[in-house]
Amino acid sequence: MKGRRLKYLVAGGIVVAALLGMIYSGVKESAVYFYTPSELTQKKESVEGKSLRVGGMVVDGSLKWDPQALLLTFQLTDGQGVVFVRHKGTAPDLFKEGAGAVVEGTWTRDGYFRSSNIMAKHSEEYKPPAHPETLESKKELFKSILKEGKP
Amino acid sequence: MISTLGGFVLFFALCVTLYAVAASVAGARAGREDWLASSRNAVLAHFCLVTLAIFLLEYALITSDFSLRYVVNTSTRGSLTRYKIAGLWGSLEGSILLWEWLQALMATLVVARYSDRHRLLMPYVQAILQGISAFFLLLMTFGANPFTRVFPIPLDGRGLNPLLEVTDMLVHPLLLYLGYVGFSVPFAFAMAALITGRPSEEWLTITRRWTVVAWLFLTGGIFYGGWWSYRTLGWGGYWAWDPVENASFMPWLTGTAFIHSVMIQERKRMLKVWNLILITLTFSLVIFGTFLTRSGILGSVHAFADGPVGIMFLAFLALILLFSFSLVAYRSDRLKGHGELDSIVSRESAFLLNNLVLVGICFTVFLGTIFPLLAEAIRGTKISVGTPYFNRVSVPLGMALLLLMGIGPLIAWGRASLNNLKRNFLWPSLAAVAGAGILYVLGVRQTEVLLAFLLCLFVLGTVVFEFTVATRTRAKTTGEGMLGAFTTLLLKGRRRYGGLIVHLGVVVAIIGIAVSSVYKVEHEQTLKQGESLSVGPYSLRFDGLAAGERPTHILVWANLMASKNGKPLHELTPGQRFYPNQQTPFGSVDARYHWNEDLYVILSAFERDGSSATIKAMINPMISWIWIGGGVILLGVIVAVLPERHLAMLSLRARAQAA
Repeated sequence: MKGRRLKYLVAGGIVVAALLGMIYSGVKESAVYFYTPSELTQKKESVEGKSLRVGGMVVDGSLKWDPQALLLTFQLTDGQGVVFVRHKGTAPDLFKEGAGAVVEGTWTRDGYFRSSNIMAKHSEEYKPPAHPETLESKKELFKSILKEGKP
Repeated sequence: MISTLGGFVLFFALCVTLYAVAASVAGARAGREDWLASSRNAVLAHFCLVTLAIFLLEYALITSDFSLRYVVNTSTRGSLTRYKIAGLWGSLEGSILLWEWLQALMATLVVARYSDRHRLLMPYVQAILQGISAFFLLLMTFGANPFTRVFPIPLDGRGLNPLLEVTDMLVHPLLLYLGYVGFSVPFAFAMAALITGRPSEEWLTITRRWTVVAWLFLTGGIFYGGWWSYRTLGWGGYWAWDPVENASFMPWLTGTAFIHSVMIQERKRMLKVWNLILITLTFSLVIFGTFLTRSGILGSVHAFADGPVGIMFLAFLALILLFSFSLVAYRSDRLKGHGELDSIVSRESAFLLNNLVLVGICFTVFLGTIFPLLAEAIRGTKISVGTPYFNRVSVPLGMALLLLMGIGPLIAWGRASLNNLKRNFLWPSLAAVAGAGILYVLGVRQTEVLLAFLLCLFVLGTVVFEFTVATRTRAKTTGEGMLGAFTTLLLKGRRRYGGLIVHLGVVVAIIGIAVSSVYKVEHEQTLKQGESLSVGPYSLRFDGLAAGERPTHILVWANLMASKNGKPLHELTPGQRFYPNQQTPFGSVDARYHWNEDLYVILSAFERDGSSATIKAMINPMISWIWIGGGVILLGVIVAVLPERHLAMLSLRARAQAA
């Protein structure tokens, strides 16, 4: 009886050890450090090529979109440091100037952050808009292509 | 007016609930039938009061009574009525009220159904269920009152996040909540069994069907959530290992383990403590998931607000764990198992391993989800683990689970002989190897996909094998036709065969997951009017932009002519929705859904004059198999839980039609 119990304990132990090993290597391989723009501007060289996340506000007026190259460039700030970000591809919903965003990617030798993924942060805090909009005012934006009927 | 009344109703309900707890416990201890009757009435009264509270809040939502902060947050005057109604579960306070209402409904159903039959257990079951309700009512009275006033009263509300103003919002949260609440019933029975000192198999047998139905709702909620995300969120995926998703996945994993390990206890009277731990874990993970997502602690996009709610959830969680583990310890003398594992090559040990793997996956998901918190607390650095971590760990464990899914249902109890193994597994294994070999010859080279197919074919093989052998044997012994024998087989062994059908559904879904994630093709390009992009065999020609007014927003869409291998298919119109007072647009996906391959198109950016547009196109092969698999799982569960007489009627009708 005792021997059998030991056998099961050993078998269970192996399974648990394998699981822990997998978790450990999983964490090690895919851990992503999070920095604020000012932290990143201080570290720069030491984190070159590592996969990171940087979170901050998108600086007003910094957002540029090149539709032919599909290149999105903008600056992220935390009020102290500023990081230049280049992102291949379009931005997700909720991404805009003045709003929070987290980008995932690497710091490059050329002095900018190459982003592979943008996560827009949604602010749940309700602020009534300074100039309330109506459907009509939104419609005005698309005057030139407006038409009746469904797609 | 509604604010005062609503707050009062909730407070009154809290008092009634606490009374119900006290009356049922005192009645059971003193053996006073009249007190017990009174506690049952209190359960009913509590349900009526919470129903009234729901009506009050819905009335305020439908009539746009912006004196309530909750109404301001979840609806606007212009919202469609169905989304005004859905505002009830659009934010924290209302969703707690809905949860509590479902909890009250379950308690009432349980009391109505079981109080005559299980006189010893029921008072405590009631007390536990009412205790859970009391927590939610306490939460609403002191932390998250849906009837809080706002001053000054705004002219219009802020409304739901436009992403939530879709029909799916009417289905997905309800399914999840039904699943969550459903697991409280087996938990309550387990605790009552411990309190009354009868922790044998009785509570398992009573709650078997509840558990499976709760599991079905949770599974349905998860599948539906993925489907919703895929069709509307516009990133082409269905699962992102987001904390909110993980929160629903963790109780699903332990719940699945529980459904399986229960069978061993019924058959071999083993694993008594383990089953109690599993159901406690499942219910705790439901509460933990809510804590994670509702306390804002992880800063996820989904998380609602900060406040005292998080602390109250955490305290409740601690109370549940302390209470149930002390009870288990207190009754440990009655929880000695009768059976022992005879051999490692047996059904028991296959099920045991399955449990170990499921709980293992749950643990890794748990760790990954709270990893940022741990890292910050221990090392002061902000580190997170993303999708790669979860995939890396869960894919091999999932494969192990698949293998066990093939072995478990067919291997013999006790000790499997070589003969038993050969008889049951020779053909399925050969078929699986042959199938994977054919795929290899056809050009499938990715190890994960080949392995997934190998294991899926193995499971499929065992299920088909089991069905054919059993049907043939039955047909031979009873002289029924094959179809008749198959139907009676399903009827006689509903639980077993329903379960096998569920396994089939899982296999179908896993094939979809494996193929769609490995063979996905994506291409993004900016097109001028008349230009085309090509992705795989498809090409998309941009024929210009258009905009139109919708009841709540302006829709801008691109006209894209899709063709496959040069043959025109039809027009696709991905777009963006612009809502008043929302600064960024919301994507509106269009796709050609097909059973073996979806062509999925997103309008990512455009020039306002309509001269050019940036289009992202994806080919998602076999992604529909995931949803089909979900449907098969639903079918299997229905076979497993439908009462006998319903099925008998169905089969009679089928025979009448056949004749």
